[in-house]
Amino acid sequence: MSYIQVDNLSKQYGEGEAAVLAVRGINFGIASGELIAIMGESGSGKSTLLTVMGALNSPGRGKYLVDDIDVYSLGHEERADFRRNYLGFVFQSFHLIPYLTVRENVMLPLTPVNIRKKQKRAMAEEALARVGLAGKGGRLPSQISGGEQERVAIARAMVNKPPILLADEPTGNLDTKNTREMMNLLQQLNSDGMTIIMVTHNPECAQYAGRVLRLSDGLLVEEDKLICQG
Amino acid sequence: MNLWDIALRNLRRRKSKAAFVLVGLTIGVSAVVVFISIAEALTQNINSKLEEYGANILIVPKTENLSMSYGGISLGGVLFEMQEIHEEELAKIGEIENAKNVAAVGPMLLGAVEIGSRKAVLAGMDFQVASQLRPWWKVQGKLPDDEEGVLAGTEAARVLGLVVGRPVAMNDRSLVVSGILEATGSQDDQILFTPLATAQAILHKEGRISLAEVAALCSGCPIEEMVRQISAILPGANVMAIKQVVEGRMETLNQFRRASYGLSAIVVLVGALVVLVTMMGSVRERTAEIGIFRAIGFRSSHIMKIILLEAGIVSVLAGVLGYLLGLGATKIALLFFAGGGHSGHGIALPVDPWLAGAALALAILLGLAASFYPARVAARLDPCEALRAL
Repeated sequence: MSYIQVDNLSKQYGEGEAAVLAVRGINFGIASGELIAIMGESGSGKSTLLTVMGALNSPGRGKYLVDDIDVYSLGHEERADFRRNYLGFVFQSFHLIPYLTVRENVMLPLTPVNIRKKQKRAMAEEALARVGLAGKGGRLPSQISGGEQERVAIARAMVNKPPILLADEPTGNLDTKNTREMMNLLQQLNSDGMTIIMVTHNPECAQYAGRVLRLSDGLLVEEDKLICQG
Repeated sequence: MNLWDIALRNLRRRKSKAAFVLVGLTIGVSAVVVFISIAEALTQNINSKLEEYGANILIVPKTENLSMSYGGISLGGVLFEMQEIHEEELAKIGEIENAKNVAAVGPMLLGAVEIGSRKAVLAGMDFQVASQLRPWWKVQGKLPDDEEGVLAGTEAARVLGLVVGRPVAMNDRSLVVSGILEATGSQDDQILFTPLATAQAILHKEGRISLAEVAALCSGCPIEEMVRQISAILPGANVMAIKQVVEGRMETLNQFRRASYGLSAIVVLVGALVVLVTMMGSVRERTAEIGIFRAIGFRSSHIMKIILLEAGIVSVLAGVLGYLLGLGATKIALLFFAGGGHSGHGIALPVDPWLAGAALALAILLGLAASFYPARVAARLDPCEALRAL
């Protein structure tokens, strides 16, 4: 069985005539250490699929297993623990907390963890150094550029070393230069063994993935295995 | 970085909302402090007035006879054997549970004596406790300092023609007038006072007394309870609390106290509503932020803790400020209660550490209780829905 297993997954919004089936009986597996791109038109169900895979959005039908854990059989609080221990999120608009410094934003996933402040700080500094932002930990998000904010978001997603990173349009707000830097960074993390699943519109970004899942109208229509990366 | 840091940062960021909660809670707490402090100050004032009145418990022998006088006028004719208490029995008062509240015990022996061709009432008493039992006494001359001295009430001195320093023959005994009381407007004006032992010798009632007066320090002591305790150890005596003087004022004060509690409850309720509404607004504003927290692995309980920590920090501050503000307002209010703000006649401001602690506890309880629902709403936010708000 794959490290991540999606079995006959469906997700419906609304009831009756207003019901919209965003994801329709999708099946696929992801091995540990893969870099996957999920592509599709707007409304194809790729963001819904990502929220389901992020343990944030309970599916109506089907199973979602990670490391043999049936994620949606867990209680709410256990699912929060699962997110903290297994997943890192990179959101499209970075979603940094504006009143916390860059370092504090990176430390956020460690906040509920019972370790010393000093150690949390060291882990945050290490993550910031990894994304090339050493020395910028004391700044507020508003005091750094968009590209740097994206890197802070990645540092936050990897600070507690989760095995899986989920990225929703990670380059959606970046220029070409920053997009390349971002993708190189994700590729480095992937080569270190992190499983990365990203939703993207950008075919250039998809070229960095080992596999592309194409969705259309809630259905998985194509699974491409790319040969060339980078 | 921990939940405490996030709560503090958020308070700093949303200063106006925090200030609003602070003001709501502070007003609620200070109103309660004002009402309770004023009621307490007035109670203390009445209690100290009661002490100024001297004796507040009277011990007389039990009798089956009804009083034959009304308003100081004897309905006369009927004489009965006067009953007495043994003097040594009074020592038992020192053994009651509330003995520490007993300021003075004054035994008194009453009897009729002949002075020349006239009759007068002689009262034997302990002059050492006279200043506590009859603090209003003013004496021309001095109180008797030996067994041969006699103190005369102003009317008794006038009628009997007594002069300070002159001798007076009482039954078969010669005494010296050591002082004359200034008019008191009470029965004391009609009486001659000697030391207890002298009166017992003159009246041939050694070791006996007619009554005893007790001055109890009433602040914080239940006078009715003391009466019960003394009655229990002196079964042959009738023990009474002299409380009519202050009963009226106490009833007024109790009404004020009840009204105060009612008003306090209303102000506290309004304060709680201010906190509830403000915290709900704050939670709605932070929906997206809460969504991020939840997405990166914060439990519902962590979100709740952050909101309640914020409320707790503001509540502690409101408790301290509310108490201080309440004391200040009480000080000003007491000037009006004392009549015209003459500091010399003012009512003392009670500074009670228990009230300070209670104010702090009330603020924390109120802040947390009113924030509980918003915190629960925040904790139950669907992280997916919350992120959609971004």
